[in-house]
Amino acid sequence: MEFDHIIIRYGEMALKGKNKKQFILQLKKNLKQKFTSFSNLHVIRSRDQMYIKLNGEDHEKVIEKCQEVFGIQSMNVAMKVENDVDKIKEGALYALREAKNAKTFKVTTKRPNKQFPIGSQEMNQVLGGHLLSNTDQYTVNVRNPDVEIRVEIRQDATYIMSGKIQGLGGLPVGTTGNTLLLLSGGIDSPVAGYLALKRGVKVEAIHFHSPPFTSERAKQKVLDLAHTLTKYGHQLKVHIVPFTELQQKIFREIPEGYGMTVMRRMMLRVSERLAEREGILSLTTGESLGQVASQTMESMNVINEVTNYPIIRPLVTMDKLDIIDISREIGTYEISIRPYEDCCTVFVPKQPKTKPRKEKIHQFEDPIDFTPDIEKILENVETVTISEKSPRKELFEDLL
Amino acid sequence: MIYLDNSATTSPYKEVLDSFYKVSQGFFANPSSIHYLGGEVEQLLTKAKEQAASLLNVLPKELIFTSGGTESNNLAIKGIALQHQNRGKHIITTQIEHPSVLEACRSLEQFGFDVTYLSVDIEGKVSPEQVKAAIREDTILISIMHVNNEIGTIQPIEEIAAISQQYPKLFFHVDHVQGLGKVPLHLAHEGIDLCSMSSHKIHGLKGTGLLYIKRGTSLYPLVHGGGQQEEIRPGTENVSGIVAMVKALRLTFDNQKNKIDEISKLSRSIRECLAADSRIYINSPKTGAPHIINISVPGYKPEVVIHALGKKDIFISTKSACSSKHSDESAVLAACGLEQSRTMHGFRISLSFYNTEEEINQFCRTFLEVLDELSDVMGR
Repeated sequence: MEFDHIIIRYGEMALKGKNKKQFILQLKKNLKQKFTSFSNLHVIRSRDQMYIKLNGEDHEKVIEKCQEVFGIQSMNVAMKVENDVDKIKEGALYALREAKNAKTFKVTTKRPNKQFPIGSQEMNQVLGGHLLSNTDQYTVNVRNPDVEIRVEIRQDATYIMSGKIQGLGGLPVGTTGNTLLLLSGGIDSPVAGYLALKRGVKVEAIHFHSPPFTSERAKQKVLDLAHTLTKYGHQLKVHIVPFTELQQKIFREIPEGYGMTVMRRMMLRVSERLAEREGILSLTTGESLGQVASQTMESMNVINEVTNYPIIRPLVTMDKLDIIDISREIGTYEISIRPYEDCCTVFVPKQPKTKPRKEKIHQFEDPIDFTPDIEKILENVETVTISEKSPRKELFEDLL
Repeated sequence: MIYLDNSATTSPYKEVLDSFYKVSQGFFANPSSIHYLGGEVEQLLTKAKEQAASLLNVLPKELIFTSGGTESNNLAIKGIALQHQNRGKHIITTQIEHPSVLEACRSLEQFGFDVTYLSVDIEGKVSPEQVKAAIREDTILISIMHVNNEIGTIQPIEEIAAISQQYPKLFFHVDHVQGLGKVPLHLAHEGIDLCSMSSHKIHGLKGTGLLYIKRGTSLYPLVHGGGQQEEIRPGTENVSGIVAMVKALRLTFDNQKNKIDEISKLSRSIRECLAADSRIYINSPKTGAPHIINISVPGYKPEVVIHALGKKDIFISTKSACSSKHSDESAVLAACGLEQSRTMHGFRISLSFYNTEEEINQFCRTFLEVLDELSDVMGR
């Protein structure tokens, strides 16, 4: 006796109208990409839910993978048994024993098949009694059980389900367009990328690299962060931008207090041009209001002036501690706190302007022609495609 | 070849040797170097530590890699003694510990520490009550092995941990070198503060060991240097050895899950076969670890029997390899209260996941044959 399928319930996409099918198809595609190591799984979609036939695969491992896919609200593991009281009893007992941490349970029977001789109320009692007399550690709690064993007696067979397992929610990645994420080595930007993915956005990343002021390790850190995000986004392109010369020029030509503001504006200019070239429709940043000098309302106003692209700022109103919580959950925190310099910290002025003024910016910036520098950068972008199974990770796994 | 001296050392897994070679060749940079090559090695090291931690169900920062079981035991005992001597200078251990524990304790006696060496019963066991009775106001450390290296006795670690937990000033160290991969021990168990492990006893390579140090436990380091490994054990990390150990640990835990019953079965058949011979006494308790069987054959000089078996390509040992260089008597068997006819004539047969039923049958047959051959000269 074992669970033979998983039922997947859609999140918000269940509310969609005529375009619902696109969302469902994308979810199915994303799930199949997750399931490459399970050759026997069979995914069947319907309008209201999806079924995964396990065909002998370990349900816990499959669930684990499903919990990395956006667009799933919740899941149930389930089994199909004959319409026979003893078989149903046996199945219910298995389902309860599989609910590892539960202490209390309840049985809910539905009987659409009215030919089945025992009524649903009576069936609840029969099954509840069977479960209690065959186990020691459980008690019944009908109001707030740790696990609900649901039994549906239909025409063809009886389906037994246990415990609702939470999914990640959100929308399937690839259903809501794409974005270029400004990915530094810090804590915030990977979380912003994660939240963009959660809304179904396909994410590519841009990283500003300033060798030798920033090291190969800082770059590797960014690639590792991107690799962590592939868990949710399957594949991620990282565009590494050689930023050293432009940064040095800013450092030389712009008064120190405004250097950071101008650098940010340059980053957005470069990002917009790259997005345009790659057919990407928006930019995403990890900015959070009031966190640092470049993230005051005044700074954001002045910096935002250089682009008409929508800038998605998933963290803009979030507290730092909440951001840290998410980064721990998704596994980017430990990477983010590695102590290598990134390009924002090396050139940071001693006293950056927290309230930069537009006319000052133009006074400093306008006389200098940065166009050739930006063009040169765009010609020298290095693009790395990172997928969930990177050769590097496999090498380490092989060694260990 | 029939190799039955696995408590002395084991033959390395092929996969472990492969990893050792690949890491030595491709990841030779110093993990503390800030260039890219160094960064890569640092990552590998981090990954290895994480994997070891997850296998042992502890935190990565609770693990310190050492040069082996002896160093781990010394670091645990001297490290605690030096760091916490202001709290008291009394240490409790047993008479049948490995020399690296006993000698570390003896060395501390020269610095004014007082050590209680608990006696054991005929099976080599120390009782939790004995431990409790020995605890004094100034006791700072209890060091007791999990599985005895000569006779395989399993000590009641869980109960002793529960006792030590009642004394907040007290640290509890467990020498788990012989138990690792054979007899389960839950490190995160409340009350175990330090635990020693060794790579070459689990088909890894010589020169690498582990010390688990529970979070919040402070130690005085035995060596000082460049700050590696939380400054507790500085020195450039032995990356190839560490990766090899972690791989051996993973493979061993897999084997433990699937093959430990086979070892128990082999162990039972050795016992049955040898116990049927009136010349042989079985010293290992039935409740002991499955991979160690200690026997005595009064009248037969162990060295001669070992050599005779060696000629037939069968390898067992007398007492533990670590104390074989001293007197002829097994201190462990003596501590169990056995008479000299047994303590002077002990043999240890120790198994690994590689041994087969066929090998065991052949060993038993050959062992008895060798006794027969030697009986003219040595029989009683």
